[in-house]
Amino acid sequence: MSDPGRQRIVLEVNGDRREAWVLPSESLLDVLRDALGHHEVRYGCGEGVCGTCTVLLDGEAVSACLLLAVQAEDRSVLTVRGLASGGEPHPLQVSFLRNGAAQCGFCTPGMLLAAVALLQREPRPDRERIRRELIGNLCRCTGYSKILDAVEQYAVQAAGRSGTDG
Amino acid sequence: MVAAPFRYRRTTSFEEAVAALCECGDGAKLLAGGQSLVPMLNLRVARPDWVIDINPVGAEPIEKLDGVLRLPALTRHRAIEQSELVRRCCPILAAATAHVGNPRSRARGTIGGSLAHADPSGELPCVAVALGAEVTVRGPDGDRRLPVRDLLVSFLTTSLRPDEVITEVRVPLQPARAGWSFLELTRRSSDWMVVGVAALVELDAAGGVAGASVAIGGVADRPWLVPPEPLADLLGEPPEEALLARVADRVSGMLDPGDDVHASGAYRRRMAAVLGRRALAEAAARANQEPDR
Repeated sequence: MSDPGRQRIVLEVNGDRREAWVLPSESLLDVLRDALGHHEVRYGCGEGVCGTCTVLLDGEAVSACLLLAVQAEDRSVLTVRGLASGGEPHPLQVSFLRNGAAQCGFCTPGMLLAAVALLQREPRPDRERIRRELIGNLCRCTGYSKILDAVEQYAVQAAGRSGTDG
Repeated sequence: MVAAPFRYRRTTSFEEAVAALCECGDGAKLLAGGQSLVPMLNLRVARPDWVIDINPVGAEPIEKLDGVLRLPALTRHRAIEQSELVRRCCPILAAATAHVGNPRSRARGTIGGSLAHADPSGELPCVAVALGAEVTVRGPDGDRRLPVRDLLVSFLTTSLRPDEVITEVRVPLQPARAGWSFLELTRRSSDWMVVGVAALVELDAAGGVAGASVAIGGVADRPWLVPPEPLADLLGEPPEEALLARVADRVSGMLDPGDDVHASGAYRRRMAAVLGRRALAEAAARANQEPDR
């Protein structure tokens, strides 16, 4: 049987191939923050409840605190830093700014990624659908209304840009 | 908190998982979706020597075969929620699955994992018991099948032997003119149930009740399948509100739930009566609308 030492994993983070030597007991969250310098992925509860460590794993929103780093071997991870392209913020980030949807900002990366995952799956969610999808992302500042405004406004605009079905 | 050190083994088949369990002994835990196990590791409530990852085993599609819906153990909650087949053949399962945890936990969590975790406040154990679902379990001597109500022994405890793994869940298809309801009371929408009721009601051609199955979660150390006796009052009768309320009151009178931070036992018993009445009524109403499947 192998010994409990570190093992090498290779994964893709925001489009870049990265490698890390990890303990089996380390979460993807630990490794993203401590080994790979992705401090934008935040530790909240460590139990999968608060949503602040949300990352997209092959496009799907997951709690990085509940995934062992070894399970991310050969997978593609997107953090909030990977949302912007060419120095320009993602249009959803612009919508958050315009709507005042971030206050202290601690939950914002998770909110953005959870919303992005929803919008990739369902381009035209209504407000109730957005509310249900963000159930697992806790915010202690905004009271959520402005976050819903921001996601809803972005969804409508994005559908307008791409939509012939509107 | 961070998890205490453990050793990790990845397996690509259930046979390999069983072999690993045999080899690693009592200190091994199987990792499926990890949405209950990993919090327990992070909180050090669980401190296994070995974590055996069965995710690479994967899941075949959900299928309907001779009277049962077959769900591979590693079917993720989201796949159940979104499955047209489940929505059509077993709508109560799709509806209850939508109440499990939050969207992230549903992206990873699995039906086999939920049943093996045996949380008495879990949605899927409660619904599986009401449906009379079975699990297929693989061990060193091959497969065996057992009803979920025999799998669930007590709080976070199953009758699985240390070298066994759940490979599939089999849900009997409901008869025509059968309706369903799943209702739960939670403090916040992603929480575990304080009390939950899964009810299935079958009507005869005259509109009388031909059969009923009810399970209640959150009121004991495992989902409680209501015994036939209090439900027998329904048989042959039209499902009128007053009758349903009387039966639900009788059922809740048989409960002795404990107190905890979420609710007192008395409140839980009261809510079981309220949700029981509403669930029976909703299930009966749906049975009336149900076309032949």
